[in-house]
Amino acid sequence: MRTPWTKTLLYVLLTICAALVLYPVLYTFFMAVMTPEDASAYPPHIIPQSIDLSNFTEVFDIVPIGSFIGNTFLVAGLTMLGQLVTASMAAYAFAKMEFKGKNVIFSMFVATMMIPWEVTMIPNYLTVRSWGWLDTYQGLTVPFLATAFGTFLLRQFFMQLPKELFEAAKIDGCGHIRYFVSHVLPLSRPALGTLAIYSFLSMYNSYLWPLLVTNTPEMRTVQIGISMLEFQESTAWNLVFAGTALVILPSLLLLVFGLKQLVRGMAAGALKG
Amino acid sequence: MSELDNRIGLPAARRRVWGTSQRRTASLRVQRMRENMLAYGFLAPSLLLFAVFLFYPMFKSVYLSLHSTDPTGQIAAYVGLDNFKAVFQSGLFLQGMKVTLLFVLFTVPTGMLAALILAALTHNRFKGMRIFQFVFSLPVVLSVGSSAVIWKFLFHPTLGMLNYLLGKVGIDPIPWLTSPDWALISISIMTIWMNLGFNYIILSSGLQGIPDEIYESAKIDGAGPLLTFRKISMPLLSPTLFFVTVVSIIGAFQSFGQINILTRGGPMDSTNVFVYSIYQEAFVNFRFGTGSAQALILFAVIMLLTLIQFKWVERKVHYQ
Repeated sequence: MRTPWTKTLLYVLLTICAALVLYPVLYTFFMAVMTPEDASAYPPHIIPQSIDLSNFTEVFDIVPIGSFIGNTFLVAGLTMLGQLVTASMAAYAFAKMEFKGKNVIFSMFVATMMIPWEVTMIPNYLTVRSWGWLDTYQGLTVPFLATAFGTFLLRQFFMQLPKELFEAAKIDGCGHIRYFVSHVLPLSRPALGTLAIYSFLSMYNSYLWPLLVTNTPEMRTVQIGISMLEFQESTAWNLVFAGTALVILPSLLLLVFGLKQLVRGMAAGALKG
Repeated sequence: MSELDNRIGLPAARRRVWGTSQRRTASLRVQRMRENMLAYGFLAPSLLLFAVFLFYPMFKSVYLSLHSTDPTGQIAAYVGLDNFKAVFQSGLFLQGMKVTLLFVLFTVPTGMLAALILAALTHNRFKGMRIFQFVFSLPVVLSVGSSAVIWKFLFHPTLGMLNYLLGKVGIDPIPWLTSPDWALISISIMTIWMNLGFNYIILSSGLQGIPDEIYESAKIDGAGPLLTFRKISMPLLSPTLFFVTVVSIIGAFQSFGQINILTRGGPMDSTNVFVYSIYQEAFVNFRFGTGSAQALILFAVIMLLTLIQFKWVERKVHYQ
């Protein structure tokens, strides 16, 4: 059996590792509350000498971080809703309906997961531009409204629902549409929650596509906005970090409340592989 | 006919079916057609979006790669395989390939090993493990954008925390992002940190999937923790490890954000990975033809890697 000594060793080891992993995030929050003098001092302060919350208001003056965050929440929220609708409908068809060409269409969905997104990036950019969708919300969201991964995730869940449930509903005169809306969807809340968190987070964090299709500061998302902040050499470090702290805060909150859902979604992805 | 009725075999229901079989097949056909239409309706939104933003672009990529374009993206002329030839002949492709493979080599084994050790160390019921699990999962929610910005400051040559701390223990400052020898290593360190959360979560849930009874019997047989891990956890974890390997390698091939923010491919192209050179070709130099050719090569490489991994690694993977 393990002795208390090895247990202590384990805790010490884990604490060191945790400190290393956590340090960049802690550093961000420490820098975010430092005064400009503290932040640019040499030797650098590891822990802030005083707490100065004015950075958070000041960063709003130098960049429209409010509209960055607003844009990103809107884009991520719209994409999340769109993915939930398209994926749950497609998943229902695959899981609960019989139709011609089911296997062919299903393997087509499988195939889409093999295509790296970068291959479609150039044509998609040209398409979106030719429709005049640069610097618009539809340009940022529409290409991502369908998801093969989400469809799989939900299909797996829908298939686990007992067959007897549908039989009973059918006897009560319930058709596919009503069964889907009033039985399958409410029963699938955990799976829908997983997909919601997953798609919100991946849109919130996306970088390359928003970089391509947005040019005006008003349409930028946080990830682009925050990296632009850093390129202005004159910007004080404490302000950059105040902005970064504001940007990562929603993600961290999502982790606190949605870790379980997130883990479930990833485990589903792993099973698929 | 419902399955439930079949199973119970209600005599009343049977008789009704025999009596009205003619009408029944006709109405069944109508019903089946209606279900077909409804199913297509349910699939329509996804299929339409895939058609416009996935299947069409695949063909368009092939088309673009065979043509030269003007800076606005209009087709200028058919050039056959010249774009591919140009990509292969320019030193940039070989350089990009080399950098990407090095990047895979730096990030994938180290990142997986770190995540595996942490997952194994936190796989127990001791007090406080929840906190450690939370911390090690944390990087998964951080985006490449904000992570890269944070690390850019940590890597700062004079004011950065890393060089300061190294100085404390008597090590000379390292030119993290400014030296061609160090830039890719620095980006790899940042990438390993960023991917730790994902790898840790997947490997942890893989470990949790191994039934307790197996550990119990190993303990009864007198196996120590290390032997148990090597002889029981590792083989049973191999499908998960396999998945993480595939995903990590493909992820490394697709890296872009951290390179764009930290080094912009430099210094001296030492961090010019595949996707970054596609981006530069298409959206900085506005050569969509050669950009598409590069993108298709990336596609082929990723496909090949996936196939090789499935062919060679899966044979050795132990499924429970």
